Amino acid sequence: MREAARRRRTRRGAVVSAVSTVVVLGGIAALVLTSQGWPSVRATFFSWADFKEAFPDVLRGFWLDVKLFVIVELVVLALGLLIALVRTTRAPALFPLRLVAAVFTDVMRGIPTILLVYLIGFGIPALQLSGLPTDPVVLGGLALSLSYSAYVAEVYRAGIESVSSGQRAAALAVGLTSRQTMRFVILPQAVRRVVPPLLNDFIALQKDVALISILGPQEAFRQAQIFASSNFNYTPLVAAALLYLCITIPMARWVDRLQARTARARTAAVAA
Amino acid sequence: MGRPVAGADGAGADGGGGGVTGGAPAAVLEVRAVTKAYDGRPVLRGIDLAVAEHEAVVLIGASGSGKSTLLRCIDLLEDIDDGDVLLDGSAITDPAVDAVAARRRLGVVFQAFNLFPHLTVLENVVLAPVRAHGRARRQAAERALELLARFGLADRAASYPEQLSGGQQQRVAIVRALATSPRALLLDEVTSALDPELVGEVLSLVRELKDEGMTMLIATHEMSFAREVADEVCFLHQGRIVERGDPERIFTEPEREETRRFLRRLIEARRV
Repeated sequence: MREAARRRRTRRGAVVSAVSTVVVLGGIAALVLTSQGWPSVRATFFSWADFKEAFPDVLRGFWLDVKLFVIVELVVLALGLLIALVRTTRAPALFPLRLVAAVFTDVMRGIPTILLVYLIGFGIPALQLSGLPTDPVVLGGLALSLSYSAYVAEVYRAGIESVSSGQRAAALAVGLTSRQTMRFVILPQAVRRVVPPLLNDFIALQKDVALISILGPQEAFRQAQIFASSNFNYTPLVAAALLYLCITIPMARWVDRLQARTARARTAAVAA
Repeated sequence: MGRPVAGADGAGADGGGGGVTGGAPAAVLEVRAVTKAYDGRPVLRGIDLAVAEHEAVVLIGASGSGKSTLLRCIDLLEDIDDGDVLLDGSAITDPAVDAVAARRRLGVVFQAFNLFPHLTVLENVVLAPVRAHGRARRQAAERALELLARFGLADRAASYPEQLSGGQQQRVAIVRALATSPRALLLDEVTSALDPELVGEVLSLVRELKDEGMTMLIATHEMSFAREVADEVCFLHQGRIVERGDPERIFTEPEREETRRFLRRLIEARRV
């Protein structure tokens, strides 16, 4: 009896949500499609001919984005960890280093990323020092690496500090050195805990790679912009947006799944 | 049978005893006039005690009397303010002494187990022998499995701590402390975090160690266990050992009013 009632209720819920989805989305679609400006929006943003023409260039530019993203991500993972480790050591001799790391994270997180890209991208070449890189892709990558390392360092640090002090005591008590304690006991637990927030930062980084376009490299957004301003058609920007979504949406779903799995593991552990 | 657990290394066994003058056997562990304060609040106000080879000294006293702090100070997990801790006759609290090397000669078991949750039971036990003592992984694993088998944990070697009962976790923690063949074992209220029905299995393991001649300093609230296993009982009250002696005498005819009050309160708590 109760089982049947529950099934009925579930079915009713599904019907209600389907109907409300159709009504809301249909309403919005109707509003947009019947608006006065829709024909011209369709022509300038959703032109199939322009899409086909611009897509190869945009895709080539996007490939640069992907390469830069991967390299910056690796740098950020390493540099962020290094900063976090410096900030969590207790050795008195390392105090100056700790201070530098703290100031670095504060400053880098306090400056808008786009400003940092400007400052480094135009500032370093202006020094005219030999040996310093002048390639805008390298400089843009450097700016992104610095900015994101500061965020990621704080994520790592939160993870390290979330490991209970009993773990440290136990590791020292069995005779590990401080460094071994960090490496074999604290870090493995900390990193596992911060994987979802780290991935969230990487979704943000994947999008922010487009910021290097202000320095001139022909990445996806820049390519789309060039095409748009010469043809008075914005469809290539939509193409670039679609390419970004192809990477960021799967990443977001993956993070969700990881988070759900961690939550499940935690409840299972509590129940056991 | 033999004595594979207690002092299996044999290395430190005669080191301290050799040069001692006088008839009394040298203490494995000696605490001399140790004081410790947290933010000006004294926790230990001059503790003296000695644990001779193969002996078990039991610390009793109310929560906050300083038992745990004393054990943490002996294992150098906390700095002491004054006094000395001697292991096999040499002061390990001397700032010139390598704290890590000293900790490698002691074993500690904590109230909250503090097993490493990201490692299996076997990996928990093997970590210190391999990383801190430089043993070959295979040899360390063999000895670990031997110890686990002796204490009825062989079938849990591949499990993770969260898959074990509290009693099993604490037994694994004891095996982990034994795996490096410590000169003495420090047990910090090892049954206080356990459900009542799991206390027995842990206590019987400790009894077994005592029978094999393990040198131990034990803080506990289990009075009948203390009475049975102790060679000497020390009653801590507000950071001082106010009464000490043969367990039979302490539990049947305590001299000090504080001791009487403490024991009476325990008995009343049992009845409720």
